[in-house]
Amino acid sequence: MDSSAMTQYLTFDLLGEMYGVEILKVKEIRGWEEIRDIPNTPDYIKGALNLRGEIIPIVDLRVRFMMGEVTYTPITIIIILAVQTDTGETVIGIVADAVSDVLDISRDDIQEKPNLGSKIDMQFMLGLSVTADNMVMLLDVDKVLNPNYFEGLPSILS
Amino acid sequence: MSIDMEQFHQVFFEESFECLDAMETGLLNLDMGAVDSEEINTIFRAAHSIKGGSGTFGFDNVAAYTHVMETLLDEMRDGRRDVTQQAVEVLLGSVDCLREMLNAIEAKEPVDESRVAEHKKSLETELNSAQSTTDESESTPVVQEAVTPEPTVAASIEASVLASPVVWDIKFVPHEDLLVTGNDPVRMFRELAELGKLDVTINLEGLPDNLDGLNPEFCYLAWDLVLTADVGKDEIDDVFAWVEDECDLSIVLRDPVVVPLNNTDDTQALVLPEIVAPVQEVMAAAEEITEPEPTEESVEITDETTVIVAPKEKSAEKKKAASHTASIRVDTGKIDGLINMVGELVIIQSMLSLAGENFSTDNLDRLKLGLSQLERHTRELQESVMNIRMLPINFVFSRFPRLVHDLSLKLEKKIELKLVGENTEVDKTVIEMISDPLVHLVRNSLDHGIEIPEERLKKGKPETGSITLAAYHRGGNIVIEVKDDGKGLNKEVLRQKAIEKGLIADNAILTDKQIYHLIFMAGFSTAEKLTDVSGRGVGMDVVRRNIQELGGSVEIDSELGVGSTMSISLPLTLAILDGQSITVGDETYIIPLSAIVESMNMEEGQINHVVGKGEAFLLHGEYLPIIRLHEIFNITSVKSSNLIEGTVVVVDGLDGSRCGLFVDELLGQQQVVIKSLEKNYRSIDGISSATILGDGSVALILDIPGLIKLSNQ
Repeated sequence: MDSSAMTQYLTFDLLGEMYGVEILKVKEIRGWEEIRDIPNTPDYIKGALNLRGEIIPIVDLRVRFMMGEVTYTPITIIIILAVQTDTGETVIGIVADAVSDVLDISRDDIQEKPNLGSKIDMQFMLGLSVTADNMVMLLDVDKVLNPNYFEGLPSILS
Repeated sequence: MSIDMEQFHQVFFEESFECLDAMETGLLNLDMGAVDSEEINTIFRAAHSIKGGSGTFGFDNVAAYTHVMETLLDEMRDGRRDVTQQAVEVLLGSVDCLREMLNAIEAKEPVDESRVAEHKKSLETELNSAQSTTDESESTPVVQEAVTPEPTVAASIEASVLASPVVWDIKFVPHEDLLVTGNDPVRMFRELAELGKLDVTINLEGLPDNLDGLNPEFCYLAWDLVLTADVGKDEIDDVFAWVEDECDLSIVLRDPVVVPLNNTDDTQALVLPEIVAPVQEVMAAAEEITEPEPTEESVEITDETTVIVAPKEKSAEKKKAASHTASIRVDTGKIDGLINMVGELVIIQSMLSLAGENFSTDNLDRLKLGLSQLERHTRELQESVMNIRMLPINFVFSRFPRLVHDLSLKLEKKIELKLVGENTEVDKTVIEMISDPLVHLVRNSLDHGIEIPEERLKKGKPETGSITLAAYHRGGNIVIEVKDDGKGLNKEVLRQKAIEKGLIADNAILTDKQIYHLIFMAGFSTAEKLTDVSGRGVGMDVVRRNIQELGGSVEIDSELGVGSTMSISLPLTLAILDGQSITVGDETYIIPLSAIVESMNMEEGQINHVVGKGEAFLLHGEYLPIIRLHEIFNITSVKSSNLIEGTVVVVDGLDGSRCGLFVDELLGQQQVVIKSLEKNYRSIDGISSATILGDGSVALILDIPGLIKLSNQ
């Protein structure tokens, strides 16, 4: 791939922090609705949602990243993402506080995963993109949302 | 303009496998003494279809092979040859061989030539064995005249013709208006040139003498083409497919004498043209024959006649379930019903939109009426759509006559197979998954159940043992029974064996049922010696697992010396389930109705506490443990943890263990559509799948055996 090629990222807000996912992974964005709990799953699996007849698990990355107290308000949104796994494509939703923007980011502008000390595990990040007024953490969707890694996975804080 | 033939391959393979199944059934039904000519006709027709189809698609080895079979069958059909047991065995063997060839071709793998040659040889030996009383003057089909006298030679010539380069003489005289229709001869020649070496000679005879009379839009030219290419006539036909009606076309295979054939002597060269022409005729005829058949057959699917007796009518159903084809044949009646239903739906839709447009309270009644009709039609439509997935169990049963035939020969036992209720309809998925376990059970019955003839006579039983395969509906389930009148299961032997293998403690007290179920444990075999049929003790556990995966159960009933019956009980369909919705706190779950024994409200004093923690209650003389769903699933919003205030649903795990499931409330019973949870997530202990409720929200369906296991941890 050409290193200066632009890739579009959808950025969203998680408790005040900016995260981004490749826009081609995004299937749709929906408003928050009540979802059904799935018993005996990690607390960041919020439950399952009916997406036109398919059962979609919903992950709350705020809980996953242990970012603090989470709330679900009428403006909370769900981003439906297509995740590539070893066995094919699965569809998973994530909870976000708000969708911000679509950014064109060239590969050159993506900084390698910075070493933020041993306290934070960066294995789910593609890298960082620093713009004039913000810093966006680009998520590796296929890793962070791979259902095979959901349980028994070391948390993001090592 | 060559048409991509590969798109038709799948259909060809499907039809061929059906034909093979039909041949097999027919062969097994041949009664040595009194041969039914219709039966032989059926077999012949099937062989003929395969030959025609494989010729058309260029599977020449299959065509050549089938041709030899056909010759043999034809002699039988005309009564020139007796139907002997040996001949039938050879033919059965060649059906297998053909199937292997087709499988290999379908998988695009090389065909095992040595095996094919071996089978072909035994066919030819059979063909040449004295009996044939061919008289050349006899009025037999044209193919026979050319081939029968020296079948071996003929077959080999045919093969060599098809393999060596072929020269085609093509005379192409377009009509005047060919160019007007937008066709360009040059393009067609280019296409021909791709097939092989092409020599083109122009023929100017058609040009008008006077150039004044020449219409520039007309085509006056004609061509003589010589194509040297190893292709069939149909491939050349393809090129001319679009101009067929706008030209005079003759495509002739040049006399092969001019083609240098290796080791060709004069006689062979002379026989050749005679053979090739008929073969082409046959192929063309075969195409004609195979076409009308499917419609005729699919209409006849619902025919109630027994399969074994009338293989022709049933050949459409003969498709092997194991071949995992993605397509299914559907009775046209079912489709008509569907179309009807959709029509009704459209009418109601327009009626409703009319009622909605000029809505007033006056036509509230009409609106209500429309809605109730809509509901009814939707339900009917749903049922009919589900019905399409339903296939007769015969798809599985039809393979057993052959299996029993082969095994009984091998084991030197005399066995009669009875099929009962083979038109019982089951979901396609069930059909696919049940065939392997059934084969296993039948093999077991054959090998372990039925005794050898001498032993049977000694016991005062008829010499011929019987195995019955029966299918019938019971409630929302289909029951498949494998019943034999063999020696039955010996409880003592089973028990001893289990103790020996350390599967049970030697002082364990087991009910009859539990003892019989021992045979489903891995590594358990009571056969005194291993045979290649069965006895390794793997398999029965697989049988049980397969059946449990389908949400079914197996029961064994047996009497020593009299016989045993295995009953497999399966849900009719895997896509819809009758469920009871229940609530625990804010959550709604579905319990499969089939798992519910009863539900009850507990009373004070009915509950016994065991060692302070466990809870149990007495029901019909049996102490059942209580599982609190809210505890297992960590539901904090539970209404009340007091057993007396909620409801206890008595549920049945598949292995006969029962327990009481403590929930808040029972809601209603409803049919739910099963949605996979694993597709986008993963399997969860105690949950089998999910569904969507009427309000669009998700509800999870409980997996009762899984729940019981979970509670035991």
